[in-house]
Amino acid sequence: MTLDVARVQADFPILKRQVHGKRLVYLDSASSSQKPVAVLDAMDHLYRESYANVHRGVYLIAEEATAAYEGARARVARFLGAAVPSEIVFTRNVTEAINLVAYSWGRANLQTGDVVVLTQLEHHANVVPWHILAAERGIELRWVPLDEQYRLDTTGLDRLLDGAKLFAFSAASNVLGTINDVRALADAAHAHGALALVDAAQYAPHRRVDLAAWDADFVGVTGHKMLGPTGIGALWARPELLEAMPPFLGGGEMIRDVTQDGFTPNEVPWKFEAGTMPIAEAVGLAAAIDYLDALGMDAVAAHEIALTGYALAALEDRFGERLSIYGPQALDARGATISFLFEGIHAHDISQVVDEHGVCVRAGHHCAKPLMRVLGVPATTRASFYVYNDEADVDALVDALAAAERFFAS
Amino acid sequence: MAGLEDLYREIILDHYRAPRNRGELPVPPASKVEGFNPLCGDEVVLYLDVDDGVVRDVRTSGQGCSISQASTSMMSAAVKGQPVEDARHLIRAFKSLMSIHESKLDGEVDGDGDAASALDGVELGDLEALQGVVKFPVRIKCATLAWNTLEEGLDESGAASA
Repeated sequence: MTLDVARVQADFPILKRQVHGKRLVYLDSASSSQKPVAVLDAMDHLYRESYANVHRGVYLIAEEATAAYEGARARVARFLGAAVPSEIVFTRNVTEAINLVAYSWGRANLQTGDVVVLTQLEHHANVVPWHILAAERGIELRWVPLDEQYRLDTTGLDRLLDGAKLFAFSAASNVLGTINDVRALADAAHAHGALALVDAAQYAPHRRVDLAAWDADFVGVTGHKMLGPTGIGALWARPELLEAMPPFLGGGEMIRDVTQDGFTPNEVPWKFEAGTMPIAEAVGLAAAIDYLDALGMDAVAAHEIALTGYALAALEDRFGERLSIYGPQALDARGATISFLFEGIHAHDISQVVDEHGVCVRAGHHCAKPLMRVLGVPATTRASFYVYNDEADVDALVDALAAAERFFAS
Repeated sequence: MAGLEDLYREIILDHYRAPRNRGELPVPPASKVEGFNPLCGDEVVLYLDVDDGVVRDVRTSGQGCSISQASTSMMSAAVKGQPVEDARHLIRAFKSLMSIHESKLDGEVDGDGDAASALDGVELGDLEALQGVVKFPVRIKCATLAWNTLEEGLDESGAASA
């Protein structure tokens, strides 16, 4: 099955708008994706017809809202290949999912001197929570380096994992596009008695997640990068871990009982869902997943691999050595995220000029400053592709970059 | 709608392509001060030789976008050889040139009064070319980085000589 991109584009209202008098060419989906009308309609329908708080009211619309919210949990579980819906904890995003693990599992299980292994390509979401824990209780952080092809250099992995309690890594890099071999990394962690945490924010929107095949212990996904709304994401974890972990945030919903002397927590997963959750956002995420599944994740992946190959060739063809790409060249080792630098032109100036041509790209450190230090650059320009992008978008990018190059030529 | 020519005026591109006063000064007697924009990774390093209340010499290094680097270059040309007091006036004047727009964004109606008084009687010259930056709010921090760094440097050298 191949992707009918023209039909996909018609499902995204924002793609009809113009910016600076030009067709909108949205190449920043690695930051946040656009939303199909099916997602907007699902949320709108809930608010217009069935909105109430969940798990509380005994009236009809409250039951409908609860069914929609718990149905969304089941939908996420099925999409990721979880055994049962209760393995899915709704969070705001992957950032909150990782913080949940750090504050709940980490505080209960990590002592001074314990080792957490990260990689050099992590987003700040999978760095700063561990820095906070390191400052709080003196855990040691170790870093898996990169090889010259911008992939993880696993030659010293056994040494790094020796004595580690947790190996936390991305399934795909938000800067380099690098896709990691999650199963091999999880196996390596387990061989050393460590748990494996996977930041799948940049993977789940683009490739099929199969939790059983990954065999990890914690996996975080975020809705807004996979056609869903902001404010909703999920943590999957092994049931026995979720059972043993103490609550994260305290408040309503996460309790079974509260007295003046204390509380007893609710069952998993609600133990981790304090306060009124983003109900419509969960419903929107389920609609986004329905949309992705209707396209077929295999078709999504095939489309992105083909488009990435076209883009890499077009950039090389037009700009040659004046443009440096930070990421693997091999299409089977990378996703549809391309970071690059022009010789002598700053990333912010590039993105400012291409915006004038209707092209939206990201410029900066991409919330991965440790990685930028390894690369030795302060900032890169990043173009990222998704289901609604096509070769015309790549051509628009290349033409806009050529215009930027002319603009700054001395 | 603001166009690119409002942001990238020819004189800005000239300072970007041929930055003035690049280099270093021996520390001491000069002092060194660094400024960073954590948002975009822009970096400005200033070497200031302040003696007897006068900015005798300035050298700059660092890296960043055209706006931050051009602003650094223009700043160095504007304050070199000037009394510290005049340099401080210029910092205030430049910041108000930039913050007129910020205060409007904040919904303050009386922000312009302060700005006008800070600009009063100060000759901005080439620096006025940077005024177009206020139409691009995310780039204001690029333009002000060098000036905040200079202010920090003058404070430090003032404290050292006091």
